[in-house]
Amino acid sequence: MASSSIKSAYWRGFRDATPFVFVVAPFSLLFGVIATEAGLSVFETMSMSVVVIAGAAQFTALQLMNENAPTIVVLASSLAVNLRMAMYSASLTPFLGAAPTWQRAIMAYFTVDQSYALSVLKFETEPKMTLPERVAYFMGTVSPVCPNWYLFTLVGALVGQAIPPWLALDFAVPITFLAMIGPMLRTGAHVVAAGVSVTLALCFAWVPYNLGLMIAGLGGMMAGAQTETVLAKRAAP
Amino acid sequence: MTDLSNLWIIIFGLGIGSFFMRFLFLGLVGDRPLPDWLLRHLRYTAVAILPGLVAPLVAWPAATGGQPDPARIAAALATFGVGYVTKNVLLAILSGAAVLFGGLFLLS
Repeated sequence: MASSSIKSAYWRGFRDATPFVFVVAPFSLLFGVIATEAGLSVFETMSMSVVVIAGAAQFTALQLMNENAPTIVVLASSLAVNLRMAMYSASLTPFLGAAPTWQRAIMAYFTVDQSYALSVLKFETEPKMTLPERVAYFMGTVSPVCPNWYLFTLVGALVGQAIPPWLALDFAVPITFLAMIGPMLRTGAHVVAAGVSVTLALCFAWVPYNLGLMIAGLGGMMAGAQTETVLAKRAAP
Repeated sequence: MTDLSNLWIIIFGLGIGSFFMRFLFLGLVGDRPLPDWLLRHLRYTAVAILPGLVAPLVAWPAATGGQPDPARIAAALATFGVGYVTKNVLLAILSGAAVLFGGLFLLS
């Protein structure tokens, strides 16, 4: 019984994440192409995708290396792009924190935008899930996404410049994230958080090292939390 | 010319740094209870980060040299709109891609 519910949680995660193959594949393909164009060998390109496994940070690092930025600036800026992973980690902790350390370490490595967004949505809408089911669901969402991240980096590195620009692969990432945002807006507080985040991100886009996103993220979180408090008070006078 | 002399430092620096940030709470806090006010903020992490990540990419796409592009803006609105109404991520992605390619084809 228990093992069948865990299996089914894994496959639900797998199924929910499958659409993202269509966007992860072009994104990692693009990374492979750009990295080899910048002069990285196929082995170096692959190492970066496996060791770092964070698309936006990898693109930022390449961009700054292209501009011959000092190593410390490359590292600081790319890690700033990844600061959101710390917030994801915090957000997953109430749901997955009781898992054994080795499982938490594996899940930490595989915390990417897609696995995080799908899992947190599932855990919030189905609070009755058991811990092993949650872990299985999380690993299910990872399974179609991360192996394809490696695979299509390799394809991109091997195929190189054969990708025509009219494919507009640059827009695969915004489209993925936009598609994930719609289903997350379940309450007024979610809408307020998202609206504040967009406004702040556009206003603070000029801030260096991608810290504008951190301002937008913290602002959006505070706005959402405040709205939730206000709405709860109004509902229960 | 790209300076690749410190490439391996960058790869491993990024890898270790990224893992540390991902492990920070999940690994080190574990199942110790977090205060209510913090949990209330954490509930809005996803809806506060993803829109902020996307907004500048839609408004000033790198592929057009930072110039706002009608095809990309239309595709963004279509993706978000379909996702919001249908709650179907795949349908939203396909709609966005259709509008993007339609727009790029018609407007170029």
